[in-house]
Amino acid sequence: MTDHKDDTGHHAYAEVELDIESERLSIKKPDVRFDRQGDLSDEERVTKAMAHFAKDFGTTAAAYLDACVHCGMCAEACHYYVATGDPQYTPIWKLEPFKQAYKREAGPLAPLYRLLGLKKKVTIEQLEEWQHLLYDSCTVCGRCSLICPMGIDIAALVGMARHGMFKAGLIPHELHAVATKAEEDGSPLGVTPQLFQDRLEWMEDEHEVDMNIDKEQADVLAVISSIEIQKYPDSMGATAKVLNAMGENWTFRTDGFEATNFGLLSGNADWQKDISMRVIDAAIKVGAKTVLLPECGHAYMALRWMGGNMYGKPLPFKVLHISEYLADALNSGKLKVKKVEKSVTFHDPCQVSRRGGATQAPRDVLKHLCSDYREMPGGGDYNWCCGGGGGVVTIHRADELRYKVFKLKMEQVEATEADTLLSSCANCRQNFDDCQSHYDWKYTADSLLELVAENLEEANA
Amino acid sequence: MDLLEFARGPALQVAIYIFIAGSLWRVLGVLWLQKKPDHSAARHSGGIGGALKVIWSRGFTAPAFKSRTMYPKTLGYALHIGLFITVFFFIPHIVFFKGLFGLNWPGLPNNVIYFVGVVTVAIGIAVLIRRMTHPVMKLISNFDDYFSWFVTLLPLATGLIMPIRFGIRYETLLAVHILSVALLLIWLPFGKLAHTYFVFISRGTTGSILVRRGAKT
Repeated sequence: MTDHKDDTGHHAYAEVELDIESERLSIKKPDVRFDRQGDLSDEERVTKAMAHFAKDFGTTAAAYLDACVHCGMCAEACHYYVATGDPQYTPIWKLEPFKQAYKREAGPLAPLYRLLGLKKKVTIEQLEEWQHLLYDSCTVCGRCSLICPMGIDIAALVGMARHGMFKAGLIPHELHAVATKAEEDGSPLGVTPQLFQDRLEWMEDEHEVDMNIDKEQADVLAVISSIEIQKYPDSMGATAKVLNAMGENWTFRTDGFEATNFGLLSGNADWQKDISMRVIDAAIKVGAKTVLLPECGHAYMALRWMGGNMYGKPLPFKVLHISEYLADALNSGKLKVKKVEKSVTFHDPCQVSRRGGATQAPRDVLKHLCSDYREMPGGGDYNWCCGGGGGVVTIHRADELRYKVFKLKMEQVEATEADTLLSSCANCRQNFDDCQSHYDWKYTADSLLELVAENLEEANA
Repeated sequence: MDLLEFARGPALQVAIYIFIAGSLWRVLGVLWLQKKPDHSAARHSGGIGGALKVIWSRGFTAPAFKSRTMYPKTLGYALHIGLFITVFFFIPHIVFFKGLFGLNWPGLPNNVIYFVGVVTVAIGIAVLIRRMTHPVMKLISNFDDYFSWFVTLLPLATGLIMPIRFGIRYETLLAVHILSVALLLIWLPFGKLAHTYFVFISRGTTGSILVRRGAKT
C-alpha cells in the first residue's frame, strides 16, 4: 500500500467523497484503503507513537497500568467479546502496546525492564495490528471500566492510546478523513456555515419557529451536530421550539455550531482543542451563560468534561446536554408537555449517561412525557452500547462486526416490548438506522428532544 | 549459621527491606508522574470521598455482571479469604507477628487452618487451570501471572507439608517455609502482586474522577 499526501501533508488519501445519503454518514467506502497516513518510515511511526503515548503517562494512567492483575473480567463487560467470544476483544488486551510502552519507557520499573530486556520494544507490526482493536472494535463506551475489580478506567486509557496512534499515522482511513474535514472545514460531514444557515432557514419555515441565527448577544448558545444538520434537521426546529417556549435569549451561531469532535474520537488532541475552541470562542463572543449541547453523546464528553481542559482553565459558562436542560425545564414546571399514549423505552448514550453522569435526566423527561416508561433489562448505567460510538460507525471495514454486536442491543430493546424507542444521541440514532435496515428490524430510534417538542403544551408552544 | 538461622535472620530481613524499598519506589514512581489538572466544573465533589467510595464499592460485583463473572469472582474471593485466614489466624503466625509488631489477636484451631489451607491450595489450582485454559486468560497472561501464582502458593504449600514432614527435620521445613515467604516479599513489589496496594490507588483514582462527574462508578 502506498501513501498519498498533498503539499500540506494532511491528506493521506487521494480524495474524500462524503456519503451523506445512506443510513449512516461517513465517507464513501474507499476502493483502496489508506490506513497509514503520511510518509513516515516504520521506525518514525513507532518513535512517534511512543513519544505521544508517553505524554499521557501521568499518575492516572500509571496507577491504572500498574494495577492490572490480568483477571480478564473486562472481557465479560465488552460487547465485542460477548458478541463474538473472540479473546482479542478483551478490553485490556486492546491496550497491550500502550501498556508495554509504559512498562518499558515510563513506569517505576522501566529501567529494570529495559536492563533485563523483560519488555520488548513495541513494533510497527503490533501497532498496525492494534489499529483494529483500538478503533474498529472499541466504542469507548466504558462498560469495561465498571467491571474492573482494580477500578481501572480502561475506556479512558483507550482514549489516551489513540493519541499515539494518530501521531504515528496509524488510524482507520475513514476516521482520518472525517477528522481532517472537521479540523480543516469545521465539520466532519461537509457542513459549511452557509449550508448550516440554509438548513436553519429551511427548518424555520418548516416548523414556523424563529431560529435566532447569529445574534450578537445571547444567554444560551445552542450548538448542533453535523449528523443532525445532514440527517435529522428536525432537531434544529425542535431545539428552537423548546428554547422559544422557555423564553430564552438564545442563538445558533454560524461561526461556532459544530458539537461533534472528531479530534477527540480520532485521537488528535491538537485538533480536539481546535474544534472545542470554536464553540468556546463563539460562546464567549455572545456572552453565553450556557452552552446547550445537542443530542450527541461524545459532544458531552468533549465539552462538558474535557472542554475546560482544552481551554486551559474553567469555562466561563455552564455546559448542558439537551436532556439535562429539558429535565430542568420540565421539573421546574417552566415547560409543560402532553403525555404520549404509547409505551416508551430509552437507549442511553454512553458518554452522557454511564460516562457523563446525566443518566437521570432523560428519565426525568420521560416521567413528564409518558405514563408507560419501560427500562431495558440492564439498562441505564450498564446499558449495552449501540456499537456506533467512538468513531466506529464511520469505519466501513468494521461494519460486519458492528452489526454483530448490535444484536445485544436488539435483545435489550426487544425485551421491553415497548412501542417506541427513544435516544438522545444522533450518532446512536444513525447507527440504529443503519442496523435497522441491515436486520430489517422493527424499531427506529427516535429523538427524545423531538418528541418533547412535538408535545409541548399550547401555552408555551 | 544453619539454614533456619539464615532464613529467620538475614534472609527474612533482606526480603523485608526489598519489599519496603521496592514498594516505595513503585508507588512513588507512579505518583512522581503527576496528575493533570481537571478544569471541568464538578457535578459533585470527588476527592477523597469519591476515592473511598469506589475503594469500597468495587469490592462488590454489579448485578449486571454477576451471571457472566460468577465463577472467576467466586474463585478470586475464596483465594483471598483463604490466604487471609491462613496468614493471619494461624497461631504460630500470630506469635511471629507479635514478635514483630507487638500486637496480639486470637487465632483459629490448627485443624481449621489446615482445612482452610488445603481448600485454598485447591482454589489456587483451579485459578491456574482457568488461566491456562480460558481463551481470554491464555491470551493476556504472561510470566508475571504465572510466577506470581507460584510465589503466592509456595508458602501455602510449604506450610501445609510441615505437619506431614515426609521424614524431613522440622527445622529444615520451617526454614524452607520462611524462605518461600522471603521470596514472596521480594517479588511482591516487582510484579502484579503489588495490586495489594495498587488496588487502592487505582480504585481511588477512578473514584475521585468519576464521582466528580456524577458518572457511574
